[in-house]
Amino acid sequence: MEELLPAVPITLWVTGASAVLATVLALGAGALRLSSSRAVRALSGAYVEVFRGTSALVQVFWFFFVLPLFGLSLTPDQAGIAALSLNIGAYGAEVVRGSILAVPRIQWEAAVALNMTAWQRLRRVVVPQALPLMIPQAGNLAVSLLKATSLLSLVTISELTSRAQAIRERTGNEAAVYGALLLMYFILSLGIGGVASGLERRASRHLPKLRSGRKPTPLELPA
Amino acid sequence: MSWDWRYAWEIVPALLTGLRTTLVATSLGFALALVVGLGWALLRRSGPPLLRLPATALALFVRGTPLLVQLFFLFYVLPGYGLTLSALATGVLGLGLHFGAYLSEVFRAGIESVPRAQWEAAGALSYTRRRTWTAVVLPQTVRHVLPGLGNYLISMFKDSALLSIITVTELVFAARSAAGQTFRYLEPVTMTGAIFFLVSYPTSLGVRALQSRLDLAS
Repeated sequence: MEELLPAVPITLWVTGASAVLATVLALGAGALRLSSSRAVRALSGAYVEVFRGTSALVQVFWFFFVLPLFGLSLTPDQAGIAALSLNIGAYGAEVVRGSILAVPRIQWEAAVALNMTAWQRLRRVVVPQALPLMIPQAGNLAVSLLKATSLLSLVTISELTSRAQAIRERTGNEAAVYGALLLMYFILSLGIGGVASGLERRASRHLPKLRSGRKPTPLELPA
Repeated sequence: MSWDWRYAWEIVPALLTGLRTTLVATSLGFALALVVGLGWALLRRSGPPLLRLPATALALFVRGTPLLVQLFFLFYVLPGYGLTLSALATGVLGLGLHFGAYLSEVFRAGIESVPRAQWEAAGALSYTRRRTWTAVVLPQTVRHVLPGLGNYLISMFKDSALLSIITVTELVFAARSAAGQTFRYLEPVTMTGAIFFLVSYPTSLGVRALQSRLDLAS
């Protein structure tokens, strides 16, 4: 178990970096899917469907093996982070879109009636109501992302899983190594879940109790 | 590096053979996940009180750890306990347990969506416990759980790619062995992605259509 610890920061760094990029992608693509321009909607829709429609493992392999053939040579870390953020970003875009759509139309109309600018409408009316809906789902996605970083062990990144593989090859003690590895991921998942529920409470502190039934169906991703 | 259509065409049969294994693994894995998921949900709801908490904790644990590591665990650790399964059987077991944990949540929500009055009505008709479940409660959860099951089926189809790592000769395995022979990665990996998309996207449209149909009926 102690021998696995040095790899925890690498897993956390890859998870964190991908989470930041995925958030940007999710907010961007999610908002663009609601654009009034048909071309913009189609483009962001294509991104979301392609990355949601294929396997994360295939995406990681593609970024690692195929992109260099086009002269775009990324380091393994960069390729891995790019693939995972694009993947999770696509799922996140759906969360963003769903949460924005879940804000009742009448709220938008009221904001217009109050003569708010477009920025004020977003900042003061839409985002404060959409955010508490997004955060639990974003927390689930962050756990998915953490779990997906285990795929990077297959493309030479020395995160938790690949370190465990190295230890297993050296010691041959499969049960202990993989048991400890599972436990490690579980602790990290619980940590992420805890942070997410803390953020959710914080984001919804100004809101009256959420109208039940308006929540978009939670999107929880396996693997 | 440019796309070589001839090479791409040559590897199609190998990829399709791999796809068949992928589909077999997904179907068997999903069948197992349905049984495991429903059993788990019932255990957590009305099993012996001593088992409820461990069952809930185990479901949380399975959902909080990567499928890849779970597969490694089953693949390397089970034989040590005298349980030697083929790679495919290990993969199906891994998929079934992993997704069973997710499906138990779907079933749980579905069971909770059945109005209390239905339980009371079954009680008033002095139905046995078994009959209450099979004739009243479970049929009413079907509409509620179908879209969720559909989405997880698609997820499982995509995640079955991980079985390639424990040497199941499915789609990704076929692509990698083709690439390993020729050192051409562009065509096999891209086509694998395309095949996954071609199967999963129409299925997801189907699930979406089913969902709006079921919503309409309510």
